[in-house]
Order: sequence, then C-alpha cells, then structure tokens
Amino acid sequence: MQQLRIGASEMLSTVKPSLAESVAETKITARGISVFYGEKQALFDVDVDIPKNSVMAFIGPSGCGKSTFLRCINRMNDTIPIARVEGTISIDGRDINDPELDVVELRARVGMVFQKPNPFPKSIYENVAYGPRIHGLANSKSELDGIVENSLRRAGLMKEVQDRMNEPGTGLSGGQQQRLCIARAIATSPDVILMDEPCSALDPIATARVEELIDELRETLTIIIVTHSMQQAARVSQRTAFFHLGKLVEESETNTIFTNPADPRTQDYITGRFG
Amino acid sequence: MLSYLLLALLVLTIAAYYAGLAKARSFAAATGPHKSHHSLAGYHGAFVAAWAGIPSFLLVVLWLLFQGPVVDQLLIASLPVERIQNLDAGQLNLLVSEIKSVAKGNIFGEPDEVVLAAAERYNSWNAIASWAMVASVLSLTVVALFVARSMLAPRFRARNHVESITTILMITCSLIAILTTVGIVTSLLYETMRFFSMVSPLEFFFGLNWEPQIAMRDDQVTAGGAFGAIPVYIGTLLIALIAMMVATPIGLYSAIYLTEYASDRLRAVVKPLLEILAGIPTVVYGFFAVLTVAPAMREFGELLGFSIAPNSALAAGGVMGIMLIPFISSLSDDALNAVPQSLRDGSYGLGATKGETITRVLLPAALPGIMGGILLAVSRAIGETMIVVMAAGIIAALTLNPFEPVTTVTVQIVTLLIGDTEFDNPKTLAAFALGLVLFIATLVLNVIALTIVRRYREQYD
Repeated sequence: MQQLRIGASEMLSTVKPSLAESVAETKITARGISVFYGEKQALFDVDVDIPKNSVMAFIGPSGCGKSTFLRCINRMNDTIPIARVEGTISIDGRDINDPELDVVELRARVGMVFQKPNPFPKSIYENVAYGPRIHGLANSKSELDGIVENSLRRAGLMKEVQDRMNEPGTGLSGGQQQRLCIARAIATSPDVILMDEPCSALDPIATARVEELIDELRETLTIIIVTHSMQQAARVSQRTAFFHLGKLVEESETNTIFTNPADPRTQDYITGRFG
Repeated sequence: MLSYLLLALLVLTIAAYYAGLAKARSFAAATGPHKSHHSLAGYHGAFVAAWAGIPSFLLVVLWLLFQGPVVDQLLIASLPVERIQNLDAGQLNLLVSEIKSVAKGNIFGEPDEVVLAAAERYNSWNAIASWAMVASVLSLTVVALFVARSMLAPRFRARNHVESITTILMITCSLIAILTTVGIVTSLLYETMRFFSMVSPLEFFFGLNWEPQIAMRDDQVTAGGAFGAIPVYIGTLLIALIAMMVATPIGLYSAIYLTEYASDRLRAVVKPLLEILAGIPTVVYGFFAVLTVAPAMREFGELLGFSIAPNSALAAGGVMGIMLIPFISSLSDDALNAVPQSLRDGSYGLGATKGETITRVLLPAALPGIMGGILLAVSRAIGETMIVVMAAGIIAALTLNPFEPVTTVTVQIVTLLIGDTEFDNPKTLAAFALGLVLFIATLVLNVIALTIVRRYREQYD
C-alpha cells in the first residue's frame, strides 16, 4: 500500500498549480441530480460546484454515470427519449431546465466534444462555420472567415490546415479531427466546454496536443472532461470528481484526490484496485 | 423415358455419395482416431457423387440438344432423291413436319407411301437414340463412380477437389445469367438493325410523327405509317416526371419522418405498411388508375370547368408515383439510418435544432444514398408497363399537357406485338428498336445509381 501511494504521488509531479488558492467563482452548480433511463436509475442525487475558468475532471470506472452527468449539463439527455433528469443545474445562476430557456441557446453556450472525433462530412471550413452559421453569429463572409480562422488558431490547427480549408474534414488524421471538433465547438464562443473522453481514440502524441490545448483554453473557458486515464486527469485538471456506481463519491482538488483521498473507494480506484 | 433416366441418375449420384463415404470411413477406421487422412468422409462422398452425377447430366443435356437435328438429317438423307430434288428449303421443312406429325399419330388427309415409310423410320430411329442415351449415360455414371472411388485414399485431397468443383458450378451459374443478358441484347440489336435498314434512324430518333400501324395484308385499311419516336419518348418522360413528382417528396418526407421523428412503436407499424405498397401487383395499380383515379380526376376537372381526358398522363403518372413511394422511402430510410449517431450528436451539441440537423447534416450526408434511390425509381418509372398499358393512351400525341392522353415506349411495344406480327415488317421490328432504346436508358440510369450508391458506402467505412 505504501508503495502504491508513492506511485500515485510521483504521478502528480506534472500536476499544474492548483487554482484553489485564488478564490474561484462558481460557474456551474448542480443539486440533487438523478438520471433515469426508463426504469433504471443511472445517477443518484449528485451535488457538485464547478469553478469558473478551470478544468474539472470526472473519473471513475465504466458505467459509473460520469458521462451521463456530463450530458445533463448541456441537456443532451433530452435527445434520448427514455431518459429522465431530476434536480437542478444552473450556469451563472440560471437554471438550465427552466422552460423559458431555449435548449438551443444553452448548447451554443455549452460546447461539447465527443469521444470519437465526429467531423461532419463537409469541408474543414464548413465544419467550423457550422455553429456560427446556424446561430447567425457572423454578418458577413469576412466576419465568418475571421471566426473560423480564430477558432482554428485557438485549437492549434490553423497551421496544419490553412492550405486545405476546402478539403473534407473527414480526411484529417484522428488527432487533427478531434482538434477540428474542438475548433468547431469554440466557434460559437461558448463559456463551457464538455469533453467526453476526448482522447480515448487518439495516440499519445495527439493526446499530448489536445491536453496542451485544454490547458490553453482554460484561461477563458470552463472545461469539464470525462476521462478513463487518471494520468490525464492529473495532468490537465485542477479539480477532480470520482464517480462510482452512479454516485459522486468524492470531489476535491486534483492534488488531494490523488495524494490523500478521503474515501477508501477513491483510494482503491486510483491505486488500480478495481475499475 | 427422360424423367426415369434423370431419376436413375439421381439415385446413382446418391449411391455414389454413400460409396465414397463408406470407403472414406473404412480407411478412417483403419488409421484410428488420430487424424492421418486429409479430408472428412463427407468430402470423399461429395467428390464421388460429383464425378458420377455432373458429367452424366451434361451428357444428357448435350444428347438432347443434338438428337433432334441429327435424326432430322438422317431422315432427309433417307428420303428418295426424286421426291426432294425439286423442293426449296421451306417446302422441305413442311415435308419433314408432315413426317413428324404422322410419326406422332396425327394423320391429316391421305399421306403417301414415302411419308408413311419415313415416319416409321423416324420413330424407330428416335427409339434407338433414346435407348442409346440411357445406356451410355448410365454406363458413364457407373464408370465415373468407380474411377472416382478408386482415387480415394487417406491422403487424397477430397475437400480441395470438392471446393474447386463448387467454384466451377458457381461460375457456370453466373455465366448462365450473363449469357442470357448478352443473348437478349444481341437479338434486340439484330432486329433493331433490320428495322433501321427499312426505316432511317434519322426518322426514328428525330421524327415527330408516330403512326406505326401499317398494312400487312393488301386488304387492310390503315394509316400510312410513320416512325418518328419523339412523341413516344416525350410521353414516357412526361409520365415518369409526374410519377417522380409524386413519389420523391412523399417518399423522402416519410423517410425523414420515420427515421428522425417517429417513435419506435409508430415506425414498427408504419414501415411495413409502406412496404406493402411495393408488394401490390402493378396490374392492381393499373385498374386502380383506370377505374378510380381517372374518373375522379375527370369529375374534378368538370367541376372546375375544364376537361381532363379519361386516360390522362396525370392519372397514369400519379398512380405510378404511388407505386414508387416505397422504393424512395425505403432507400432514403436506409441512407438516413446509415448516418452515424455521432454526427447527429455533434450537430445537437452545437445547438442546432432537429430541422437544422436534418437539412444541414443528415440530408447532405445521406444524399448519395437518396439519389441512388431516386434514380432506381426513375428507371422503374420509365420501364413500368402494366399501369400505363391500362391507364395511359395509345395515340402518340406530342404534348406536355398532363391532362391529355400520351403514350409511352412500353405501351407502344405491347400494342406493336399484339395481333398480326410479321418479322419482316417495320411495324413489328419497331418494337425492338423501342425496346433497345428503353434498355439503354434504364441501363445507364442503373449504372449511375449503383455508382452513386457505391461511393456513398465508402464514406463511413
């Protein structure tokens, strides 16, 4: 056990300085979130506060409800007919399940990046321009060009694709496709980005590029990342939440979770005892 | 006789299977449970059966092909020279036919001595030929059985041999399909060339007047005969266009509704119901068009104060459109379903509504599949016969007015080949020219459709 502890703390040599010292403003507040798929309850009464302009990682074994919770934040569970969500989530103090609030506007503010890169079978330019177009964010072609270029630049993809903006996005490599999807998500200038295992289909080099990108983006964005890789959670996040069997077991600073977890289940998971 | 022979052949083939099986089992038993023989006993059986059955069956087919002509030649050669030296080919044929019908026992009038004697010879030769066939086929079967059985050994590669025999069988089957197509096209081409030697291609392809009912006998009173096919093609295109204008929106929108909006329960009911449309025989659509749709349109037209012909292009095209709905809806449905869920999620995740997702992501992604479906439906519309024969007109009028009767290529082919036909008359041969053009048009459309569908398949692989 002692040796495992050391292993975990060595892993943390790469952890970024925690933001907890600065007084973090809360961006997203979730209270009493339960999710049902038909008769089956997938998530039990989750409470969590997510600070602004930081990265929060959700870890836990497969089927623990972390992706389900992530999909509550932009109400993607609405697209599943049998899913039912209870509890309240508010972003900047505004309840996202308020019937007055348009889910389309919510999703424009809360971008999402999926596990498998899913560029549309359109050109690279059209992929990024998709969000701005449907939300009418650009009044002219040059304005749209500006948004597309800026998004690609922020996603660190501009240099690689500037000569082939009109080629299909599906022709890029896996890592490039995933950064294209990130560029597509930030093109609608959201203030939250949800990432559902964004690197699970990528090789280590592409993963490193995406992690760098996450680190840059958190200066202006609140990022929530679901990951199976504890190293990744340790590398990119400031706070980490551990889910198990549909319950939020523990949530605190990433440093604390990996060096001194309060719950024995967290301890078992991060030392590789299960999951 | 032939059916008994084939039955005997079947029994022998089955016996050959068991003979091979038994021999293989015997040396399998001798070598013990550890596997030193190459193939399972069943392969040895199948090998012997194939050897016994296939060559004999081919021999039967060849024998039947050649027995008739050979006996006919013998028959002609045996006739007295003074009887046939003054006959031309047609009269000789007539004589041979007479001998054959006498041989069968159908005697009309008073056949002369020569014919009666020839009929007797004919019957006896045929009997000899039949028995010779039975004897040679059965002996070939038995010899092949024993040869094949003697080839069996523990290390004999029966499974490989059976596999190559199966491969050859498969090649033969596909060759039969291809050769049939080639044969049909060649005969079409041949008759079309004969047609164009009588009627200039210029008139056929660019003429505006179609009156093919020309006199075949001197006492017939008909039109002068004109073979300008433009009105026929215009009519075909008009009806196909009307059909597609009905089928495309209804088929496409129902596919979109079923894949994107309908609940699973509703889809489980509606989809099979839509596909029932594809199972209705076209003749039923035909009388639906004639007896229900056309009169209803006529009355509706009268109500509005203008006249609609009882066999208008609109009625035929509209009903044909109903028939084509399941083609388009089912292929579009497949294409839309093939678009990965991740693309829908990606679009919803960016804040797109359902409608925006469908028009901007799903339809463009599924477009090749949808286009393939539409093109297949177009080639069906052009080649469809029964509905238009019943509901469209026969007179080839050059018009684009959907309320007037028009005629189509298929209707004209049917009318040209009904009644008196004579294969050295341009009236009959015109049907082949029309058919060839129809064949080429649908072939081109099918090739385009299949190419598009194939390209679309590669997209998500």
